[in-house]
Amino acid sequence: MTNAQSPEACDVVVVGAGPAGSAAALALARRGHSVVMVERGPFAGSKNVYGGVVYARVLDDVIPNWWEQVPVQRWVVRRSTMVMTGSQAVSVDVRTQAWGQPPYNGMTVYRADFDAWLAEHAVAAGAKLLTSTLATGLLWDRSGRVTGVRTDRPGGDLPAKVVIACDGVNSFLAKEVGLLPRADAAHHTLGVKEVLALPADVIEERFGLMPDEGLDVEVIGCTREIPGGGFLYTNRDTVSIGVVVSLTALSRSGMRPEELIAGFKSHPAVAPWLRGAVLKEYSAHLIPEGGYDAMPDLATDGFLVAGDAAGMTLAAGVWLEGVNFAMGAGLAAGRTAADALAAGDVSAAGLSGYRKSLESNFVLQDHKRFREAPKLVLSDRMQRQYNHLICDVAEQMFTVTNPAPKPGLLKLLARSARRNRVHFRDLIRDGIETIRVFR
Amino acid sequence: MTPAGEEWADLSFDDRMRTVEFRVGARAHIVVDSDVCRSCTTRECVTACPANLFAPTSDGGILFNYEQCFECGTCYMVCNSAGAIEWTYPDGGYGVVFRRG
Repeated sequence: MTNAQSPEACDVVVVGAGPAGSAAALALARRGHSVVMVERGPFAGSKNVYGGVVYARVLDDVIPNWWEQVPVQRWVVRRSTMVMTGSQAVSVDVRTQAWGQPPYNGMTVYRADFDAWLAEHAVAAGAKLLTSTLATGLLWDRSGRVTGVRTDRPGGDLPAKVVIACDGVNSFLAKEVGLLPRADAAHHTLGVKEVLALPADVIEERFGLMPDEGLDVEVIGCTREIPGGGFLYTNRDTVSIGVVVSLTALSRSGMRPEELIAGFKSHPAVAPWLRGAVLKEYSAHLIPEGGYDAMPDLATDGFLVAGDAAGMTLAAGVWLEGVNFAMGAGLAAGRTAADALAAGDVSAAGLSGYRKSLESNFVLQDHKRFREAPKLVLSDRMQRQYNHLICDVAEQMFTVTNPAPKPGLLKLLARSARRNRVHFRDLIRDGIETIRVFR
Repeated sequence: MTPAGEEWADLSFDDRMRTVEFRVGARAHIVVDSDVCRSCTTRECVTACPANLFAPTSDGGILFNYEQCFECGTCYMVCNSAGAIEWTYPDGGYGVVFRRG
């Protein structure tokens, strides 16, 4: 049964050198285990796209003062949430200088830089990184235990006692094990993004920022009634802008993804920000947005799954986070594998500490708490009616109709609700539901 | 939402795709069974693929190319007939390279 465990077998193969994979490899290498990271891109981060902000608090214990060396674009000191219709926009704009100084809060990055930086830490700790190497499948023993990975390198089998799949949203390894369905459009969104060049001082003037300071804007109502949202964030000398939309609704809409971005960019609240900007890179990526209830089992015999491969992106309304969840899960997977190797039991039971560890920290606690948020946020009324309601009420509040006196707020709300065909009972029900889901 | 503004209209799809680095491998990592596609009336892949790699042909089939693929997985996820699109990753080192993802 152990013919796959050749003498050169390493303790752990980590598939994917994204934030989950590098965090797992780092944790294992620090515990003295032999780890090989397999990355199909020419460098870590080359296949990866994200939509806004990396929150790296979870690295505090692992890379002390990481902010002094991380390849940051800008530190986010302004976080806006914008609700829009075709010709209106209402923003809640949060700014605090606390986020612009150590230990910082969120940052914008290029994934090609950030992921490569984290992978370098794993390598410095002793992990081996094989780039330009595709994991084509798993090695199994006769009892159905995972014993390594196959790769497309010459002589490419990599036997290992544990495989940690951090191979991203399409995880073919988790599919091979049977943890994920072949295709699952209902629980995925498509993100498309443009990175647009503007001089750093122009970005700072337009967005009210000092050098090194950044802005992140999350937007609802900018996707032409396709459930989803938009985002815009500042890098040093580029602005990244994109939309994230339901896969099933997009494919039925007849609307092309680049048309959605073009529409968002031409919105009167957005277009002046981007005047004269030049497209530097267009990108697209799937996002697993099913949340807690769509997550697969996280461990089988000799096998763990972390990050997007396990559907760990949090898309809970105003909170949109993924890289931090991937790093948190990767660290836990690496530590669990180290414990299991020390105990000499890498069976599913021996690896069950992984889930317990995630349940005891933010990864599964946040997901569990907001498990019903994805559905609520993408619901029809939230997406197509409430943006109009909010914008209309705000507009009417500040429209001076002299000599007519100001109408009361309740009257404004009733009038806007009527105009947008929103029933009060739905509004009340959704309000209670929102409080329940986000409590 | 207002229609796409004049300011952006000059950016053709080809220009858009020219901003992306692709290291094209010899093996096609997407294979489409055009016989299955002929009976498909919805053509989700044609609408949703962000790289616009799928085009309907006059005889009811689907023409596709794999060279400028973002490797996102949208096509096989939205395809309503299992088996029409066989999708894998390109070989190691090939495919899309994002610099500012």
